[in-house]
Amino acid sequence: MSILVDKDTKVICQGITGKVGLFHSQQCRIYAAECQPDVNVFVGGVTPGKGGTEVDGFPVFDTVEQAVAATGANTSMIFVPPPFCADAIMEAADAGMRLIVAITEGVPVMDMVRVKKYVDGTNSRLIGPNCPGVITPGVAKIGIMPGYIHTPGTVGLISKSGTLTYEAAWQLGNVGLGQSTAIGIGGDPIIGTNFIDLLEMFENDPTTESMLMIGEIGGNAEQQAAEYIKEHVTKPVAGFIAGRTAPPGKRMGHAGAIISGGSGTAEEKIEALQAAGVEVAQSPADMGAAVKRAIEKAS
Amino acid sequence: MKIHEYQGKTLLAEAGVPVPRGIVAKTADEAAAAFTELGGPLAVVKSQIHAGGRGKGRFKEHPNQPGVVLVRSADEARENAARMLGSTLVTIQTGEEGKTVSTIFVEEGLDIANELYLGIVIDRETGGPVVIASTEGGMAIEEVAEETPEKIHNEPFDAGFGMAPYQARKIAYRLGLPAPAVKAASKFLPAVCRFFVNNDCSLAEINPLVVTGDGQLVALDAKVSFDDNAMFRHKPFEELRDLSEEDPAEVQADKAGLSYVNLDGNIGCLVNGAGLAMSTMDLIKLHGGEPANFLDVGGGANVDQVTEAFRIILSDSSVKAVLVNIFGGIMKCDTIVEALLSAYDNIGFSVPLVVRLEGTNVELARKMLEDSGKDIATATDLTDAAQKVVGTLST
Repeated sequence: MSILVDKDTKVICQGITGKVGLFHSQQCRIYAAECQPDVNVFVGGVTPGKGGTEVDGFPVFDTVEQAVAATGANTSMIFVPPPFCADAIMEAADAGMRLIVAITEGVPVMDMVRVKKYVDGTNSRLIGPNCPGVITPGVAKIGIMPGYIHTPGTVGLISKSGTLTYEAAWQLGNVGLGQSTAIGIGGDPIIGTNFIDLLEMFENDPTTESMLMIGEIGGNAEQQAAEYIKEHVTKPVAGFIAGRTAPPGKRMGHAGAIISGGSGTAEEKIEALQAAGVEVAQSPADMGAAVKRAIEKAS
Repeated sequence: MKIHEYQGKTLLAEAGVPVPRGIVAKTADEAAAAFTELGGPLAVVKSQIHAGGRGKGRFKEHPNQPGVVLVRSADEARENAARMLGSTLVTIQTGEEGKTVSTIFVEEGLDIANELYLGIVIDRETGGPVVIASTEGGMAIEEVAEETPEKIHNEPFDAGFGMAPYQARKIAYRLGLPAPAVKAASKFLPAVCRFFVNNDCSLAEINPLVVTGDGQLVALDAKVSFDDNAMFRHKPFEELRDLSEEDPAEVQADKAGLSYVNLDGNIGCLVNGAGLAMSTMDLIKLHGGEPANFLDVGGGANVDQVTEAFRIILSDSSVKAVLVNIFGGIMKCDTIVEALLSAYDNIGFSVPLVVRLEGTNVELARKMLEDSGKDIATATDLTDAAQKVVGTLST
């Protein structure tokens, strides 16, 4: 078991004829084929106006609706440019995709305001945008993360950041821990899925025995997650918050990573997590070890 | 992207939001002429910088001169403008270095009965825009939130439908406005909300929003900023950008597709990914050093970008050592090292460089660094990297 991505996952890529979309579709196909040699996980792509063609063996469709009808896809990975990303997400939700992973960086916030409202009224789950994607090691990956640094295991990994997630997965590997599923939720102010939903899924997932959540400055999603953990999570949780040295009022790369009006600081997030019993890594070099400590404390 | 008060007011006026009559002045004489043209017994002379707290702010060159001042004659307008223009205004929001004033806005004086606060931001929790209103006009809203949170009223509204009239009335009655002002608010508030949504604002703050003696609402100040990601559909706004308000190194980085923020320390860092870049700063601090910057080269860094990144880091004279921290994913470590070595040659390094690599093709990349014969220290993990780079400063 795992969350979001499992053996029933059938993926298409919206924006598959773009250079980046195609490259990552190929990478995802290679990873899935290694994990499940007998199953075709990555079944095609969508680019309006290019339906009926093929790109490196992937059938291309004009609409997501057509792609679903022809392939039985239930998951979409989105690589379309920022001005068209909101529309692509809504099209995927309209076509009944159960999981939509939006990798695109730079989507206007106002677009996400509208998209979130729309998607919340459907049965689709949106991850991202501006995220590395989702991987269930040993099953499939939907996103841009390097597959080999993730090993199958029992840690549920949730992170706002890309390369910091890789760092965490690598450290976990060094201490002999793999991941049930690893999710990059994205660093934008408005995202499809936040920490709490995923903490709940991991809590209910029998394969997952512990969790690592990686947050950063800006907003209060980490504080809310801490409240949720205190009330509802029984499995051991470790955490890390990036940006202790970030100055107020400055956006640190991610659109959402900004301390505004004195709130959203790393200190208040760390405090909230610690108060909820989360084992917080003080150094980014300590994330893997922190999960180990959290597990040991609980046993 | 931030814009000036006078630019924000021009846009608000176009959107049907009442603002005082005002004239932009670039010289002291223009300020005097503006006073005469406005024709009233008094006017307000306002320094235009991208920071709040101007009224309480003072100039480095003229310690008694406030950034915003009430004047009663054209001569007074001229004298004040002369002291402001070209001088450095220091406010609670500018930091010690302050900001140089190059534009003045002269506005008509108003008959003010009451000052309110109005702000609109995107609320992450409700996933949409929210109006923040308070009776405590003219104060920093953070202070009000801290000291008297009961005086702050939040009203989320739907970005598609805009603010409903009942919501505007609700806010107006909560603020205790007199009857004519309630009527004015039922137009004023929806207009500002429409302005916020239609222009992809990330902030629209009117502080103070004044109630005049005859019950009208007027935006006495305007602090507007836009979502950078939405600028592709607001091309005309590009002309409103004032590059002199921005850190030159940050502008240069932005042009090269890099994300850079200048800090006060002396250890420069070059990292791939925003989260890892922030963590690298934290790591340096944890080991007793001070980071000189945040720099994310992004996922697809090439030779040009890495060269530009080094150039920006090294042009900061306080940088005494540089730490490169790369976790190669799809972007392979050897590609990064190739860019690194070529940039190293192009730039001519004068400070110690410590490189920590991990991820795809790391062995090959480490060997390339070793074989290069350059004076580059390599680190095995994050802690080792931090200790090494901090160590170069203490010896």
